[in-house]
Amino acid sequence: MTSAIPARSANPTNSPDNKPGVETRSTPDKRAKKQYSDRVKAERKLGWMLAGPAFVIMLLVTLYPILQATYESLFQFRLTAPDEREFIGLGNYAVILTDPVWWRDLGTTLFITVVTVAVELVLGFALALVMHKALKSVRGLLRTAILVPYGIITVVSAFAWFYAFDINSGYINSWFAWLPGIDENTNWFAQTGTALFVIMASEIWKTTPFISLLLLAGLAQVPDELSEAAKVDGATWWERMRKVIIPNMKAAIMVAVLFRALDAFRIFDNVFIMTNGAYGTEVLSLLAYRQSISRLEIGLGSAVSVLLFLCVLLICFIAIKLFKVDLAGSQGGK
Amino acid sequence: MTDNSTKNKVLWTVVTVLVLIYALFPVVSILATSFKSPSDLTSGKFLPSSGTATTSNYEQILVGNAQDLFLSALRNSIGISLIATFIAVVLATLCAYAIARLDFPGKKLILTTALAVSIFPVISIVTPLFNLWRTIGLYDTWLGLIIPYLSLTLPISIWTLAAFFRQIPWELEQAAQVDGATTWQAFRKAIVPLAAPGVFTTAIIAFFIAWNDFVYGISLTSTEAARPVPAALAFFTGASQFEAPTGAISAAAIIVTIPIVLLVLLFQRQIVSGLTSGAVKG
Repeated sequence: MTSAIPARSANPTNSPDNKPGVETRSTPDKRAKKQYSDRVKAERKLGWMLAGPAFVIMLLVTLYPILQATYESLFQFRLTAPDEREFIGLGNYAVILTDPVWWRDLGTTLFITVVTVAVELVLGFALALVMHKALKSVRGLLRTAILVPYGIITVVSAFAWFYAFDINSGYINSWFAWLPGIDENTNWFAQTGTALFVIMASEIWKTTPFISLLLLAGLAQVPDELSEAAKVDGATWWERMRKVIIPNMKAAIMVAVLFRALDAFRIFDNVFIMTNGAYGTEVLSLLAYRQSISRLEIGLGSAVSVLLFLCVLLICFIAIKLFKVDLAGSQGGK
Repeated sequence: MTDNSTKNKVLWTVVTVLVLIYALFPVVSILATSFKSPSDLTSGKFLPSSGTATTSNYEQILVGNAQDLFLSALRNSIGISLIATFIAVVLATLCAYAIARLDFPGKKLILTTALAVSIFPVISIVTPLFNLWRTIGLYDTWLGLIIPYLSLTLPISIWTLAAFFRQIPWELEQAAQVDGATTWQAFRKAIVPLAAPGVFTTAIIAFFIAWNDFVYGISLTSTEAARPVPAALAFFTGASQFEAPTGAISAAAIIVTIPIVLLVLLFQRQIVSGLTSGAVKG
């Protein structure tokens, strides 16, 4: 939005302050035109010289591997038997997509994604409201506290939650023994439901601060006068929330949800530490890891990786087309 | 009026305490576990039983039989994360400067690419890299982790810095030149002080992300030569095979959380503004 204007007016070179496009076309002076286009060329060249290395490296570390994975996925190829490498076309994909394991893991991953994002949206919004309205005296304290889970290593969070619930070293069982269904022998990590509960709790704890900071930025953009005016008109807190605040920060909410959903869909660390995928808690990232790194089935693992990547693309596509999330726009691309 | 403000104060105290419990409880929980003695681990209590609190878990990983494992992992984590952060921030600074300041085609392409890279599933990158690194000898080396770490640290650095640089009043540079400063002086005196906080904040955020990595760490390393802390924690086995490594892992977890807490305590304002300006705001 504003980026182009200061960039031009602040430029110390000799060109006048007119709109450059208009000037090039309308000026009759050939020399001025040539000089101008030289300057444009120089600026373009400098721009790509500065931005190029970062751009090339980003492509090298992602585009190259995904192309390589796509290629590898067309072979039956096990690292321990390199001589038996054989081209099988889409055979690996057929194997995966007809295997109930893929569909079960996809279901688990989607379940975790939907539940964690929904809880985080509510919790994150509450935290954002608290930080937004907080008195000056506690604002710093609140922000500092909330950044601790943001900055902490996911694996550390996983261990903290795991040890708290673990049947041997945990204390949750003795704390909540008064609840029906919980006693000292409750093994949280031996059943799908309870294991997923702890896994999601750790995931939610660690990533809610991120979503709440995005929502805080959205809240800050809602003009105070709107809410005040509604208050004067006699709107209740809930009405103001629903009719004024939330509609005005819809873009921020959408971006926060999409970002977190894509992140949650890649969940790996918490599951790996707590159950390693046992008892029906395996997620897609773990399936890919198990195939390629543990079993060295590069062909199958690559195919899972490619499918996972396609799922992420699909989620993005749905979000952008259906819900009209303008990532580039609201992300500062204006 | 006074009644109202007292009520307000009580409300805010309650809210603040709730947020603090939410944010710190798991950390305090693992901190308590890290001081438990092996026999006390199964007590079913939150705190170590009175009189049995011990620092033996810390001794085990810092000077005891697990020190080789932990200290080398710590060295790897610090080294690899710092180098990956440094490279990302230098490249992103140049890139973001060009995006904020210069007019050239492809800006949108670069920002979109950064966005696409940041949502890329890490596990999809790991499989081909695993294979390639083994072939060209980068498996289980620092460089073998630094390169893929750039896929984590570069995109967010570019977004955050581009947002920061857009807010800088670049006219100041020209004003300084009018006042007789040379180009270099103008840049150093007028622009660097404005840009430095943004660069620094970006470095902290990028460091957090590199420090947090787990997937690359467990997939692309196999020994103490390059294995970072999160991966080492996952493969940690106790002092003997009959002893659960709970205490040692908890102590190690606390040690790697200290730098995070320090950075957060010192720079919370900058981190919040970095995270929120990189996103949502124009």
